[in-house]
Amino acid sequence: MGALFKSEQMALCQLFIQPEAAYLSVSELGETGTVQFRDLNSDVNYFQRKFVNEVRRCDEMERKLRYIEAEVKKDGVPIADDLMELPRAPNPRMIIDLEAHLEETENDILELSQNAVNLKSNYLELTELRHVLEKTQVFFTEKNQDSYLLLYQQEEANDSITRTLINEEAQNPSASSRGRLEFVAGVINRERVPSFERMLWRISRGNVFLRQAELDKPLEDPATGNQIFKTVFVAFFQGEQLKSRIKKVCTGFHASIYPCPHNHADRQEMVKGVRTRLEDLNLVLNQTQDHRQRVLHNVAKELPNWTIMVRKMKAIYHTMNLFNMDVTKKCLIGECWVPIADLAIVRNCLNEGSRLCGSTIPSFLNVIHTNENPPTFNRTNKFTRGFQNLIDAYGVASYREANPAPYTIITFPFLFSVMFGDCGHGFIMTLFAVYMIVLEKKYMARKTSEIWNMFFSGRYIILLMGLFSIYTGIIYNDLFSKPLNIFGSSWNVTRLKTDIDHNIGIKDTISLTPDKDYVQTPYPMGMDPGWILADNKIIFLNSYKMKLSIIFGVVHMIFGVCMSVVNIINFKRYSSFFLEFLPQLLFLILLFSYLVVLMFVKWIIYDATSEDIRYTPGCAPSVLITFINMILAGEEHSMDDCSPYMYPNQFILQKVFFGLAILCVPVMLFGKPLLFLFRKNRQERRIVGNGTPSQDIELQTEGLQNSSAINSETTDHHETESFGEVMIHQAIHTIEYVLSTISHTASYLRLWALSLAHGQLSEVLWNMVLRKGFGSPTDLFYLQSVLLFCAFAAWAFFTISILVMMEGLSAFLHTLRLHWVEFMSKFYDGQGHPFQPFCFKTILDAEDLEDQ
Amino acid sequence: MGASLLPVLFFTFLWGIVGIVLPIFVPKGTNRGILQVMLILTAFTCWLFWLCCYMAQMNPLIGPKLHKNTILMMAREWSQVQFESTVE
Repeated sequence: MGALFKSEQMALCQLFIQPEAAYLSVSELGETGTVQFRDLNSDVNYFQRKFVNEVRRCDEMERKLRYIEAEVKKDGVPIADDLMELPRAPNPRMIIDLEAHLEETENDILELSQNAVNLKSNYLELTELRHVLEKTQVFFTEKNQDSYLLLYQQEEANDSITRTLINEEAQNPSASSRGRLEFVAGVINRERVPSFERMLWRISRGNVFLRQAELDKPLEDPATGNQIFKTVFVAFFQGEQLKSRIKKVCTGFHASIYPCPHNHADRQEMVKGVRTRLEDLNLVLNQTQDHRQRVLHNVAKELPNWTIMVRKMKAIYHTMNLFNMDVTKKCLIGECWVPIADLAIVRNCLNEGSRLCGSTIPSFLNVIHTNENPPTFNRTNKFTRGFQNLIDAYGVASYREANPAPYTIITFPFLFSVMFGDCGHGFIMTLFAVYMIVLEKKYMARKTSEIWNMFFSGRYIILLMGLFSIYTGIIYNDLFSKPLNIFGSSWNVTRLKTDIDHNIGIKDTISLTPDKDYVQTPYPMGMDPGWILADNKIIFLNSYKMKLSIIFGVVHMIFGVCMSVVNIINFKRYSSFFLEFLPQLLFLILLFSYLVVLMFVKWIIYDATSEDIRYTPGCAPSVLITFINMILAGEEHSMDDCSPYMYPNQFILQKVFFGLAILCVPVMLFGKPLLFLFRKNRQERRIVGNGTPSQDIELQTEGLQNSSAINSETTDHHETESFGEVMIHQAIHTIEYVLSTISHTASYLRLWALSLAHGQLSEVLWNMVLRKGFGSPTDLFYLQSVLLFCAFAAWAFFTISILVMMEGLSAFLHTLRLHWVEFMSKFYDGQGHPFQPFCFKTILDAEDLEDQ
Repeated sequence: MGASLLPVLFFTFLWGIVGIVLPIFVPKGTNRGILQVMLILTAFTCWLFWLCCYMAQMNPLIGPKLHKNTILMMAREWSQVQFESTVE
């Protein structure tokens, strides 16, 4: 059998690798991604493993890379992100180079940024000083006298506490106090100014006179690069004690104080000096910046390469930590799952690994037998991956179990399209899928949003859904809810037209009669356009689509039950064929396929032009009522001339079918438990009959090995389970199956419901929106055209957003349910665990996702 | 019986080719099985879908209820096409 029908055959292998060649071999294996390693040291803590130091080194390198990347990003240097070819993991010799290189680069950048910070804080100080000098100029030009007066007046206005203070000071010689009027100048963060002012007021009891001026331009914080708004202040005061207090407050508020000469000329001199120093500093700063840019540009080119190399290295050492050391310390032993088809590739990788490191002793691979359940691996391509993902989302198939994915490729889009059937909407969907497929390569390389990825990974599903929707749309004769009359309607209106022309029996709506107005051959492909225009369209379509849903539902379920044959053959559970599969199939066929047959019979034999009165439309029995009566053994009633049955002996045949179906239930229920009991008894008898103990042991070990190799699962079950458990398990299984056939058949009616909803919605949209745009013919053609333009825009918008997107999503979900529950429950186990090969590509992708 | 032989034969033949003949000529390769299954399932589902629609209309038990204006419109617009099909 080809790919995908069952998961690949897996083998558990032991790898014996020379320690020197191990790194390179694992690197080769990582490039191909064909093996899943098992942890042989699960009892050993991660910190005590062999290659933990190497992993730490990689971590350290990653940290450095992260630091460098952050620095590069901070300076807005573009990082080349379009790597055509991913670098391979570095050789052990190259690792040391790389490490040294990284160390060097990191130190370079560190040093550079340290210097830059120093220079910048220098620069900041100088700028602040310049501002202080410039701003305070204004304060000092106001005469000292004035300011003193002001101060004085302020003090006058204060309360009694300050007044006593003034009195004390008034006792001092006033001349000296006036001479000692001092000040402190500095810069403070703008948001701190109000509290700073209040604090100064409190500590001096109002004896400090504060002047301030805001700096217009924000200054840059050298360490963080943030923009800070600052304010220059000058505090005037008297006395040494106050001075020290004010300085303390200043440090408390992180205000920087700058020396400011009392003398005007000195100040001018100082400003001049500061300006020249600033210019010099600016020059130096620019040069450092240039140098830094050059270094970062150089690094940015190599950065993605390095990152990938380090990640690969880390992955390799992590993998090597899973290996076991041989007792003689001569070689590393690894255990891994390999698809049998890929064994040659793995051998090649090992040889390549030893060749690259020049080792003379080859590594070798040993396939070992095991009872363990191998992982499930379905080899997919870009087309089948989407469908496999749909199945895996429900549960990963057990090892070598029949995989529903290949059948889903068609049944999924088909069932979707039954609900979504409309040529126009299908066409839009197809266009969208074709767009994604044509630009596949472009989008594969680019990282995109999660929602887009979801659509993109399902592009082939969407394509098939669109194509099938076009087909079902043709059959439903639905193109944006309008029919096409390609082959000519089978309903002839000439008779009624002459009636209308002659005004006979005028009513608003007239029913066409099947015997007179029907041309006796149906519309060759799809629904007759005459029906789509009819007022009683829904009645006819409902009857048709409900039958359609049941027919396809029953076919789908029978298909699902038949799929279990594959598992039966595969796992050699032949008893299940007679005790489970056959009764299940019979039950389904005798009851539900019979229902389907009744539908076809009704379509064929009841005819309006029939000679026999029993087969005229008036006598046609409801298929559903017939079916219910068959189950519940109800009485069939009918009008005088009609027969409640479609064909002779129907009643007896139905009784037989129903009886047989009921008989299937006990077979399903008791078959397996009784077989289990029978086998167990026989086994016990055989063991008792065995002779000497030594023989017994031999026999047992042999038997165990054989049975475990062939079908470990069945023997395991039989050994552990008791009869009661088997019985309960089977009872649940049977009840579930019998009830589910009924509920699942009904569940397929969702095909009809969704299809009806979709058709009605698109019709309503056409009538309520686009139709309004056509309007009634008026003379104002230009107005009409504008109206139509807007109506079309609205119609197109709702068609895409609601009918294609929302309805499409809802139909998708219902289809998913029909597959997961109604189809797969008939045969699918889904108890496996996925094969997760050690592959650099997936590791890198996963880390990229995390980074995002 | 309201079936006409031509469309039934035509569509059965068409989907028969897709579902039975084409799978034989699928080129050998790893994906041969999948392609065969796809062709067979496509042919079967599409054929059954068409057949259901055809048979549901084969012997109509009721006729469409049409508005007077619709009938006049159908007579005017579709008479040409209809004429051809009735001749057949």
